[in-house]
Amino acid sequence: MLKINNLHVSIDNKEILKGFSLEVNKGEIHAIMGPNGTGKSTLGNVLAGKEGYVITEGTIEFDGKNLLELEAHERAQAGLFLAFQYPIEIPGVSNANFLKASINEIRKSKGEEPMPPNEFLKMMREKMELVEMKKDFISRAVNQGFSGGEKKRNEIFQMAMLNPKLAVLDETDSGLDIDAMRIVANGVNKLHNSENAFIVITHYQRLLDYIIPDFVHVMYDGRIVKTGDKSLALELEEKGYEEFELIK
Amino acid sequence: MNEQDAILDEVVNSEYKYGFVTNIEQEQAPKGLNEDIIRFISAKKEEPEWMLEWRLKAYREWLKMTEPKWANVHYPKVDFQDVIYYSAPKPKKELSSLDEVDPELLKTFEKLGISLDEQKRLSGVAVDVVFDSVSVKTTFQEALKERGIIFCSMSEAIRNHSDLVKKYIGTVVPQKDNFYAALNSAVFSDGSFCYIPKGVRCPMELSTYFRINSAGSGQFERTLLIADEGAYVSYLEGCTAPQRDENQLHAAVVELIALDNAEIKYSTVQNWYPGDKEGKGGIYNFVTKRGICKGNNAKISWTQVETGSAVTWKYPSCILAGDNSIGEFYSVAVTNHYQQADTGTKMIHIGKNTKSRIVSKGISAGKSQNSYRGLVKIHKKAENARNFSQCDSLLMGDQCGAHTFPYIEVSNNNSKVEHEATTSKIGEDMLFYFQQRGIDEETAVAMIVNGFCKEVMDHLPMEFAVEARKLLEISLEGSVG
Repeated sequence: MLKINNLHVSIDNKEILKGFSLEVNKGEIHAIMGPNGTGKSTLGNVLAGKEGYVITEGTIEFDGKNLLELEAHERAQAGLFLAFQYPIEIPGVSNANFLKASINEIRKSKGEEPMPPNEFLKMMREKMELVEMKKDFISRAVNQGFSGGEKKRNEIFQMAMLNPKLAVLDETDSGLDIDAMRIVANGVNKLHNSENAFIVITHYQRLLDYIIPDFVHVMYDGRIVKTGDKSLALELEEKGYEEFELIK
Repeated sequence: MNEQDAILDEVVNSEYKYGFVTNIEQEQAPKGLNEDIIRFISAKKEEPEWMLEWRLKAYREWLKMTEPKWANVHYPKVDFQDVIYYSAPKPKKELSSLDEVDPELLKTFEKLGISLDEQKRLSGVAVDVVFDSVSVKTTFQEALKERGIIFCSMSEAIRNHSDLVKKYIGTVVPQKDNFYAALNSAVFSDGSFCYIPKGVRCPMELSTYFRINSAGSGQFERTLLIADEGAYVSYLEGCTAPQRDENQLHAAVVELIALDNAEIKYSTVQNWYPGDKEGKGGIYNFVTKRGICKGNNAKISWTQVETGSAVTWKYPSCILAGDNSIGEFYSVAVTNHYQQADTGTKMIHIGKNTKSRIVSKGISAGKSQNSYRGLVKIHKKAENARNFSQCDSLLMGDQCGAHTFPYIEVSNNNSKVEHEATTSKIGEDMLFYFQQRGIDEETAVAMIVNGFCKEVMDHLPMEFAVEARKLLEISLEGSVG
């Protein structure tokens, strides 16, 4: 589904990703762990097509397409979803309107008709339950006045509504208490199936108690330095990232 | 196609789409202004002697006045002797039905999307169309007449309802109120007049479309609306002007009078030619709009969506004289390219327990300057007066400016005045968030702007709101990214 090969990315002439490679197949959950400043969020932003990053080398293939040739909104329409580390507040645009536009723009890109309103509302109610959103949420402005936990849950809710092929969760667990984390993880687990894939970027091992990854990658200084299974996460929790300092 | 797409489609044709000139024989006064020109205008309109005297008095006051300079707008000095003060389509004969209206004129209206026929049949809106300076045709007069409502052109009102006009004209905006009001009082060519009798609720939205057609002709409308005790009226005003290189002058006066328990709702959508992308051409719009809640429990509500004009100088105001009277001002002002707007309101609290509410949304893009200027004045006698003001600014790009000048004067100690203000910017992060959800940049901007203006748009009558929303998209096309 996703093939990243030898990716080099710079911002303001400073190289952040230095030969990053990763392959993700349908049905898989990949966890990417690593200390601050190793380029984890850069990876998420580059995949989603945020401006300001210069790709100096390497390729990204998504679902058979050259991802780097697509605009940000086209990547989303192709089924790539980024759960933001810091979700943006949008005053004056309700969650319902925002998601309706999002779903219908994605449908339009596939030549489909807009979703009938009753179907949309029904889906919205179902998915809200999944992340335990309060009823008034529908009419509130996107993320405006939301607590940190609510914003993260909203990201998972949007993901559930859009049902992407590949979802990148950028430190969705940071700043969450244990209950909120369980809600987020529960959302991911319910959505996970043999047709989609997840990349979970995280700082801590604890989220991986709830979301069981197939692979754990250690990211350090702009590339993957070690890959293992779930036990690698536990090992990191215990020993920290010290051993990788040597690699640098 | 959903509404959003339809709007985007419109955006593609983003050149000022009302820029065409209708070729109709004009009857014009020579350029310039003196007492003879005023006599010419008055004679053309077959006005009574008192009206001419009133005009001349205004003119003499105007000569003593100087152009105001306090607004946050900059433009080359207007040469008032280089303006044509009267321009009328040549009258063929008295019109008794729509069929007799010049087909060229009707075509113009169709281009503007306000086919009278259509409106007559579908929307139940009575339209008094001001084409340049003379009111061409008033529809629905019969239906209104049954209820005793008078809705006609100002010229007609001066001839046929002289007593009413004489009683109220200049009572809210006196001749020497300000430089432009004095000029208007001297040379006003036409406008709308409306009188709603005691206890009558006007059954339809009354509507006027203004359009400046001739090159170099100023438009000086004068509108007077009176809601007698317990009456209600909702009035819509829309404006367009053809695209021209030279700047055109517009100085209107609108006076509203609400007696005991009466309510007037006045909505404006203004999309006069703003000039081109380099700031060439466009309308200078210097307008005095003021309403008085003369009676107790009266209410006046101004709603405006301003997207046009090169320079706007406009402060629809309310004098809350009656006890418990209410004034409202809801405004969206959009400036793009080199446009300048200095707009806001004045709420003058005189009666007891009077309330006012101000919601102003300014959107600045390009190299434009957008200023809110508002006065809340609470007189000593206005016990327990209340005001709430909300001024929000939205910036697009980093070359535009948003300014807020709130003035508050309170002369008693049992009134309450609140002022809230926010400034936000459509930034890259916000647009990226939309894009990551599959929504392209242009649609995102449209959604953000519509969200920002929603509170004001909700106060516009339905059919007007749709048009206003489209105008916003057109005005802001290509402002981000």
